[in-house]
Amino acid sequence: MNPRRQKRLVAVTAFVLLLGGAIGAMLYALQQNIDLFYTPSQLIEGIGKDKVKPEVGQRLRIGGMVVKGSVRRAPESLKVSFDLVDTGPIVTVEYEGILPDLFREGQGIVAQGVLVDATTILASEVLAKHDEEYMPPEVAEAMKGIKHVPPSQLYKESDKGQQP
Amino acid sequence: MWGSMFRWLDPYAKPETLYHLCGRLLPYLMGLALFTLLLGNIWGLAFSPADYQQGDSYRIIYIHVPSAIWSMGAYSSMAIAAFIGLVWQIRVAQWAVLAIAPIGAVYTAIALITGAAWGKPMWGTWWVWDARLTSELVLLFLYLGVIALAGAFSEAARGIKVASLLAIVGVVNLPIIHFSVEWWNTLHQGATITKFAKPSIDPSMLWPLLISLLGFALLLAALTCLRLRSQILIFEQHRPWVRQLVDAKGDSSQKEQN
Repeated sequence: MNPRRQKRLVAVTAFVLLLGGAIGAMLYALQQNIDLFYTPSQLIEGIGKDKVKPEVGQRLRIGGMVVKGSVRRAPESLKVSFDLVDTGPIVTVEYEGILPDLFREGQGIVAQGVLVDATTILASEVLAKHDEEYMPPEVAEAMKGIKHVPPSQLYKESDKGQQP
Repeated sequence: MWGSMFRWLDPYAKPETLYHLCGRLLPYLMGLALFTLLLGNIWGLAFSPADYQQGDSYRIIYIHVPSAIWSMGAYSSMAIAAFIGLVWQIRVAQWAVLAIAPIGAVYTAIALITGAAWGKPMWGTWWVWDARLTSELVLLFLYLGVIALAGAFSEAARGIKVASLLAIVGVVNLPIIHFSVEWWNTLHQGATITKFAKPSIDPSMLWPLLISLLGFALLLAALTCLRLRSQILIFEQHRPWVRQLVDAKGDSSQKEQN
């Protein structure tokens, strides 16, 4: 390789490595701020080496699995409360509004709201977090024992149940 | 060592040879691309089974995932061309940067728009500033930056040089896009097929997706050939071989008219 090319090769490579390193260091420093949400254990046990916990009254997002059997709906309004879990501690989310189609027990969700006490969040928005698995209904039934009923059919069946 | 390894490529650094090579490849690439795209998408959109949770909405995967993967693939190719163009000063590699950038930008836009259209019914929102979505948006801005920089100088060669530098630096964003869903908490789900473990998708849905992936790759190659040909003609318009080409075309069309 002739000296001029070699010089250009070194210059371009050094430029890219320096800038890449700078961006890497920046992202590393910003690591906690890039996370979209707290997990329930992060919320209760704190994040990082310093165990920083969010303060009551802080706006934040919380993400986790909806605990089976924890969804409580108010009979007269759209108010709903449910528990979220990841690996250990449980956090309660209270919400008033329409939940996304994919919201169900055992499903991952991300809620945005205000921390009202150490383990309760008053949510203003609830988003469903889908996992990376795709399969037809028959396979899901065979593998996971999940019989998924679309919401439209669910209501028809419950209507029939109410009108004997 | 370098010299002998890549010596066989030398003839293609000549614009005229590359122009004719691209011209010969173009019909095959385009034909195969159309065939695989039609096959993959008709299979995926009409015949593969619905998802157990998302129903028919998941079918956007057959456009979203290939365009997202190849928006990154196009970027890597563009950056490699930019690197070769900068270090070895090979003009056709510099023109390839200009040829690929708009195609990659469109792929990125398709990935972002189809993702938003899927996010609304599934997540409950069009957009969220999580690491995956934001880094893919940065990729679109990188493409637009490369296109804008290349055209921002009155001296074309200088514009290409600066745009190439941006293209190379932007490569830092590619691992960030790919690993964003592992490094940080995101709303976007993790990788389904681009991982070393077994794909977490049923084979009946995987096959049309793989065919669609191949289709988007072939379309990228075909469009790159097409655009590279026109870039070569633009930059070589005063050369004798282009003059001869134009004259020959002109003569033959005159004959046809007569």
